[in-house]
Formats: sequence, structure tokens, C-alpha cells
Amino acid sequence: MDYIKAFLIGGLICAVVQIFMDKTKLMPGRIMVILVCLGALLGAVGVYQPFIDFAGAGASVPLLGFGNTLWKGVKEAVDKEGFIGIFSGGFTSSAVGISGALILGYLAALIFEPKMKE
Amino acid sequence: MGRSERMMNTNQTMETKEQRFEKEVKRVTPKHNVWKNMFHAFWMGGLFCLLGQYFINGYMSFGMDKDTAGKWNLLTLILISVLLTGLNQFGKLVKLGGAGAIVPITGFANSVAATAIEFKKEGWIFGLGCKIFTIAGPVILYGIVSSWGLGVIYWILKITGVV
Repeated sequence: MDYIKAFLIGGLICAVVQIFMDKTKLMPGRIMVILVCLGALLGAVGVYQPFIDFAGAGASVPLLGFGNTLWKGVKEAVDKEGFIGIFSGGFTSSAVGISGALILGYLAALIFEPKMKE
Repeated sequence: MGRSERMMNTNQTMETKEQRFEKEVKRVTPKHNVWKNMFHAFWMGGLFCLLGQYFINGYMSFGMDKDTAGKWNLLTLILISVLLTGLNQFGKLVKLGGAGAIVPITGFANSVAATAIEFKKEGWIFGLGCKIFTIAGPVILYGIVSSWGLGVIYWILKITGVV
């Protein structure tokens, strides 16, 4: 059941964003920025976490989930450390995603050569 | 009388020119088949999320809690999309699936790996080192700043006793 939910809801999010991309002709980079900010906002107003609890990877794998993770990190850090947590929480919670992409991306650059122009 | 007629004529020819221009623009702009794009985005995005769910369940069966399994899942998906990028396959997925490949965390990982690989020939520091952040930079910056702003609001609400 959780596989079906993940497939349907994850697919639905991507399909909706696809419509948005076709209508606005925004570049992928802008789309990603919008999704992450929107995810943080949805997390802060308290809708995204219940959504993840329901849809699992269908909600956490899209970049909206990344935004929610950022917010969750800030909130937990504020609860724990007070004011300074506003500055520490975001990077703490998103560390695996950001470091993972940067480090593996860097290693890939050591191994792979850019595609030759055909 | 004659003069205003002439002006009307020029206006008319200008209008038809504009119309012709618009027609030409419409003809040259690649046509998006919205339904077809949506369909491909749906199944590809769905498959990435399904794969994610599979990894999460798998890691949890090793005894990890939900949060840790989620992190391992992210790392696994990032590894897969970085490998696909290095092998020149990820671009094909984007071409077919559009948002289906871009919206999941795979799109973020691809944007990092693709620029890193492409710009290493411009130097390891100012080529790769800068360009690796071409898309990831804005995403990280605005993600951090927006969550920071929300955090400030949360902190204020907290010390004033609202939450």
C-alpha cells in the first residue's frame, strides 16, 4: 500500500509541477528554488509533516520534502538551543542531502569525462 | 482627410505585421503537448518516489528508525542520479520525464554532478569549484534563508508564548 501511495502522490506532484513548467516556461533551477521554499513554508504551517506521514517517499523525495527538512531542522534547533538554533538548524538537517550531492558530484567529476560534442 | 486615411493605412499594415510576427513566433516556439508531458512526468516522478519508498522500507528492515532510513534513502537516490549523470543517461530522463526527473531529489543531485563534470576543464577551483553551485547555490541559499525567516517568526512566537 505504501508503494502505491508513494507512486501516485509522488507522480501527482511531478505532474502538477510539469503543468506549471509548461505554462510559465520557468527554468528548472527556478522551479527547484520555488519548491524548496514552498516546502519550508508548508512545513512551517504544519501541513507537510502529516503529508509525509501519509504519503511516505511520495512526499519526502520531491524537493518539497527537502524544504520541509530544512524547516524541521530550524524548528528542532530553536526548541533545543533557542535563538542560535535559527542559524544552525537548517544546515544540520539538510547536511546529508547537500553534502551527499556535493561530495558524490565531486567524486563523479574525478571519474567521468564530460560528454564529447557530437 | 487624406492624411488621416494614410495614417490608418500605416496603422493597419503595422497591425498585420505584428500579427504576422506573432504567428511566426508561435510557429517557431516548440509546441508543448501538455497532456503527454504530464503523463511522462507522472510515471517517472512516481517511479523515483516508489524507488525511494523501497529503499526506506529496506533500510528500516535493517533496524534503522524512520529518520535515519530517510537519510540513507536520500543518499542512495543521490548516488544513483550522480552515476546516471556521469554515464550521460540522466539528460535522457529529463528530456522524457521533465519535472518527473527534476522535482525529486535526483534533479538536485544531477544539477550538482552535471556542472561539476562539465566545468572541471575550466579548473578545479574557479571552474568546478564555482560552477558546481550554479543551480545548487540558489537552491541552498533560498532554502536556508526561507527556513531562517520562518525560524525567526517561530522564535518570536515562542518567546511571546503564542506557540
